[in-house]
Amino acid sequence: MTTTEPMRRTPAPPSGTFLGMPTFPTNAKAQLNNTQMRKNLRNATTTIRAKRAKVVGEVENWEELRLAGAAIKDRTMRHLDSYLVLLEESLTKAGATVHWARDAAEANQIVVGLVKAKGVDEVVKVKSMATQEIELNEALEEAGVAAWETDLAELIVQLGHDRPSHILVPAIHRNRAEVREIFLREMHLYGTAAPEGLTDEPAVLAGAARTHLREKFLRAKVAVSGANFAIAETGTLVVVESEGNGRMCLTLPETLISVVGIEKVLPTIADLEVFMQLLPRSSTGERMNPYTSMWTGVTPGDGPQEVHVVLIDNGRTRVLADPDGRYALRCIRCSACLNICPVYERVGGHAYGSVYPGPIGAVLNPQLRGIESDIDKSLPFASTLCGACFDVCPVRIPIPDMLVHLRHKVADKKRQGLHLEPTIMTGAQWAFGDHKHFEFMESMAAVAAKVMKKDYLGPMPWPASPWTRARDLPMPPTESFRSWWKRTRGEGK
Amino acid sequence: MNAREEILSRIRTSLADVVQPDPALDVPNPWVYGQPTAMPDILERFVDMTVDYKADVRRVPSDQVAGLIKDMLLGVGVGSVVLPSGLDAGWRQAIAEAGITIHDDDPQLSRAELNGIDAVVTASAVSIAETGTIVLDHAADQGRRALTLVPDTHLCVVRADQVVSDVPEAVGRLAEAVTNGNPLTWISGPSATSDIELSRVEGVHGPRTLLVILAE
Ligand code: SF4
Repeated sequence: MTTTEPMRRTPAPPSGTFLGMPTFPTNAKAQLNNTQMRKNLRNATTTIRAKRAKVVGEVENWEELRLAGAAIKDRTMRHLDSYLVLLEESLTKAGATVHWARDAAEANQIVVGLVKAKGVDEVVKVKSMATQEIELNEALEEAGVAAWETDLAELIVQLGHDRPSHILVPAIHRNRAEVREIFLREMHLYGTAAPEGLTDEPAVLAGAARTHLREKFLRAKVAVSGANFAIAETGTLVVVESEGNGRMCLTLPETLISVVGIEKVLPTIADLEVFMQLLPRSSTGERMNPYTSMWTGVTPGDGPQEVHVVLIDNGRTRVLADPDGRYALRCIRCSACLNICPVYERVGGHAYGSVYPGPIGAVLNPQLRGIESDIDKSLPFASTLCGACFDVCPVRIPIPDMLVHLRHKVADKKRQGLHLEPTIMTGAQWAFGDHKHFEFMESMAAVAAKVMKKDYLGPMPWPASPWTRARDLPMPPTESFRSWWKRTRGEGK
Repeated sequence: MNAREEILSRIRTSLADVVQPDPALDVPNPWVYGQPTAMPDILERFVDMTVDYKADVRRVPSDQVAGLIKDMLLGVGVGSVVLPSGLDAGWRQAIAEAGITIHDDDPQLSRAELNGIDAVVTASAVSIAETGTIVLDHAADQGRRALTLVPDTHLCVVRADQVVSDVPEAVGRLAEAVTNGNPLTWISGPSATSDIELSRVEGVHGPRTLLVILAE
């Protein structure tokens, strides 16, 4: 017997949930077979690393800026309750309505309710990690509301029935030929079709996106955004972007709903002088991103006249509770740690089972979600502890130290549970808990490879086996991964 | 407990280890705010950086601005403009004399109407030399945000005394506008994307042509 699926309004994402994902090694193994993805990813991360290194090198007081960024964030996080109350007060005074959401379900319920109350069946969206985290698009779809992603990369992901694989460039795993194919196949199903004779020139593809989305911008009544920063002192929200789709969403519709993680708050407007230097140079490797919008509640006669801000917890207070883990809340989602990470470059963003991939994902997800699921238990081990992520992090998050801290937590939890696994986990912990041990394992592998004259080493013996089962270490036979990495990309400043 | 109370109480529980009630004493921040960045020539740097973003930038004495506006608009084939209410009367006159159709935003133009207009001409609030950034605070000589967003060409006039060295000085100058509730738009070159294989493409949703006049 066949049942007809109810008609969807937007392209269906891939089935399955992030949390139902298998462990990192299993995902990584699957992704390692995807050579096109790895090639795309390597090209992209190589380019962006070079751009970042160049523009960061231009700033004489970069280290002072990093220290200031870390201090401002720590100060805010350690007094988060007072800053949030102040933010709420400022926003309310400026004509915005503030909502609070304990978790994803509550946030989605609030947003769906607000959208339904406007009597619309579609919204335009600015790229937002928070709304991806709570899977808002699917909640809206279930309520019969189409959520249109308007960032070019997000559009590629959405039309491609895909998941984002990078914080900043979510379609980094796709090359131009694939993008062209997706546009030709899908655009006409959801609005203005791709033009005839579409080539795979990036400029032509961007032009097709402009035409496809312009129609939606001109008619949208409600927009949904996130925010990069929320200023407690004034109630000002900040969105940093490149394409102008953010400006379209933040300016043209009558109603604007912004979903903002509680860790996005900054004390004062003056603090922006630090973050507006750190963020663009670390993320896109530009001196400044093309567009930044700042708005303070409702401006009479200019932009949305109904403004809502939904402040979400969704695990952030859990992260805050661990004094050694709360540094993760400093993160400004620049993605520099992804681009520099040798593990990320090989496995891609999808293997991390979260909208937050790469080194930051490895420390943030297990804290946001707890270490109950297989994927979250395995994430702290998805690193070689090489330290490059700390070097490039604009807010000095000590990711390697935190990974070790989380590995201990996972191991402790295991020890309390099953009785067989502790040895394995302790073994893995020995290998991964200290970079010296890992280097030892690797140098042993190099020796073995030389002896065996094989390009692929295959699974390493216990205790490294839990990780290498998925890796089939394709490393240079006579040089360890870490020394090779140090030699070829020690451009972190 | 409602969501607000519960989140605030979770935060307080999580922060039990924080004993110093004064945030500034609890986490000192050695950063000195509002400092300029040293550079040989601020205006020259501004022009270099803006050109680097593929904007068309011209430097002229103030009394030649009106004529240059006309020339630059005609040069890119503009047939119609929308002008903010507070724009310099002399600039407006030059545009009218060039035979370019002028639209006023009073009463407010619809999105579709704006979409049919070729260009917008505005003043600006603050510009940043080190990053090639122009900031609009949407005062009367710049108009509401939609005006500088929907038309495909934006001609923006920057006064030399509005250019500062770097981001800290700019944020200092803009603080008052923000406190007054003005929205801000920071513009660094024309709309761009690097989403396809990280190759930079100028022109996605915002104005694809950015013309800048630096008036001294
Ligand atoms: S952890 Fe640091 S480097 Fe990584 S995304 Fe966050 S701020 Fe950027």
